[in-house]
Amino acid sequence: MTDFSLLDTAPTQGVDRIQSSYLQQVRKRRLYGGITLLVFVLLMVSGFNIADDRNAGSFWDGIGKVGDYPADVLSEAWEKLSDLPGLIVKYFPALIETINIAAVSTLIGAVFGLIFSLLATRGLARWPRLIPLFRRMMDIMRAVPEIVIALVLIFVLGGGPVPAVIAIAIHTAGALGKLFSEAAENASLKPVEGLASTGANWSQQMWLGVIPQVAPNYLSYGLLRFEINIRASAILGFVGAGGLGYELRNAMAWGPGRFDEAAAIFILLFGSIVFFDQLSSRFRNRLSEGRAT
Amino acid sequence: MLQVRKLTKRFGDKTAVDSATFDVEKPQMIGIIGRSGAGKSTLLRMMNRLADATEGEILYKNRNVTDLRNAERRDWQSQCAMIFQQFNLVPRMDVVSNVLHGTLNRRSTFATLFNLFPQSDIHRAIEILDRLGIAEQAAKRAEALSGGQQQRVAIARALMQDPAIILADEPIASLDPMNAQIVMEALRRIHEEDGRMVICNLHTLDTARRYCDRVIGMRDGRIVFDGVPDQLTTGMAREIYGAGADFSETATSTEIESLDRPAPNVVHA
Repeated sequence: MTDFSLLDTAPTQGVDRIQSSYLQQVRKRRLYGGITLLVFVLLMVSGFNIADDRNAGSFWDGIGKVGDYPADVLSEAWEKLSDLPGLIVKYFPALIETINIAAVSTLIGAVFGLIFSLLATRGLARWPRLIPLFRRMMDIMRAVPEIVIALVLIFVLGGGPVPAVIAIAIHTAGALGKLFSEAAENASLKPVEGLASTGANWSQQMWLGVIPQVAPNYLSYGLLRFEINIRASAILGFVGAGGLGYELRNAMAWGPGRFDEAAAIFILLFGSIVFFDQLSSRFRNRLSEGRAT
Repeated sequence: MLQVRKLTKRFGDKTAVDSATFDVEKPQMIGIIGRSGAGKSTLLRMMNRLADATEGEILYKNRNVTDLRNAERRDWQSQCAMIFQQFNLVPRMDVVSNVLHGTLNRRSTFATLFNLFPQSDIHRAIEILDRLGIAEQAAKRAEALSGGQQQRVAIARALMQDPAIILADEPIASLDPMNAQIVMEALRRIHEEDGRMVICNLHTLDTARRYCDRVIGMRDGRIVFDGVPDQLTTGMAREIYGAGADFSETATSTEIESLDRPAPNVVHA
């Protein structure tokens, strides 16, 4: 048969040395791992205690009462069960308004997120030196909570859906821009190079070379964001941006007596989120399967 | 010892493996040859139970392994190690950890999730690496190694399983001739010294001739040849590869020696 000289090049006496040095490394790694775990546990425990001390009430005293409010809402809604269908019909237009706010702001946010993401992706950016600038701009858009922007805009523009749309769109542009840019980073540069070799400009390279590669990912992120934005637009209703949140705040602030309305609004909100979750997951599945064939 | 009976795999209306039948009486080194798409990979994947067979059965020591489920299936998989064309290591983990993955079936899930392996296993992993000549690389990340070294790490992981059978799916197809020789010699040596059965998918004839005791030829999912390498005539090879009269073995050779050899001599144990 053949000779095995090629395999026997390594000195056999070195095995002991390699074994002990590797074991030393393993011991060091385990020690560090143990210390990290210990620090983590200590931080969790002490953090919990600090938070508990600063609370108005105590966590342990309050935890038993967590169920009280939902129980009140449910029992009252149960008593007035026959009113629920009527209330759902009554609040349906508010739901449409909430979903409208979410859809418009997702669309506007996604367009700006797309532009920002391409400008902030290494290898694709139009002006590579400005990448940090665009990244920080996206960071700021993500960092400021929607509700803060909405409050400022409501103060300036007055209540209504427009401030909510602007506030959610700004946050969406920042969040989607980040996700889009990560998807674009993994796109192959070969088609872009191919298009560049034909004399295409930057916009043409991006739209025809990158977008076809990342479109399924982008759409899937966009649909996920749409679901999040339905919740966000409902919350913004609390501060006067209209829609379902506004009605919910009224129903809850009035206290017992209108809990049946609160229950109807919760059912609408829950139902619409389940509906759009199912819709978008089916849509996303079709996209990924369509890509395979 | 190992019996494969009418093993069939269909994907939709395509038949990838068409009632493959063969017997292995004693541990041998077997090469499976055929062009790409002949069903070689699917056959090996069914034997390791990475893929389920549509029909037929695999018997090992008179035990049917085709329908094993869950823990029993994983136990069978630990006995028949698999080596892949693209190595299939975890790139960001170090070499020894990759080799220790060979013991996953035997160790508790909890300990392995924290990468806690007994010291004796670590010693053995490094000894196996030394046997394959790459002990020096023990602490490096798998992704930092060359292709030939990575494939030897994959062989070390297979040996760490202490398997009865080693299945190798095109182990040298992405290696240069020099590394291909090292890897094939390592597999041959494992067969000869440990007495393990080695079944190896190969796409070059001369490699099969040189290292294997027995050659199985597949074409379009069917086994069309089963015999010792000496029986493998040029005519038979043309039949397996579906090639015309212009087919010559040296044209597909990846062996370094084939440059010096005017005609492929059968170098065979």
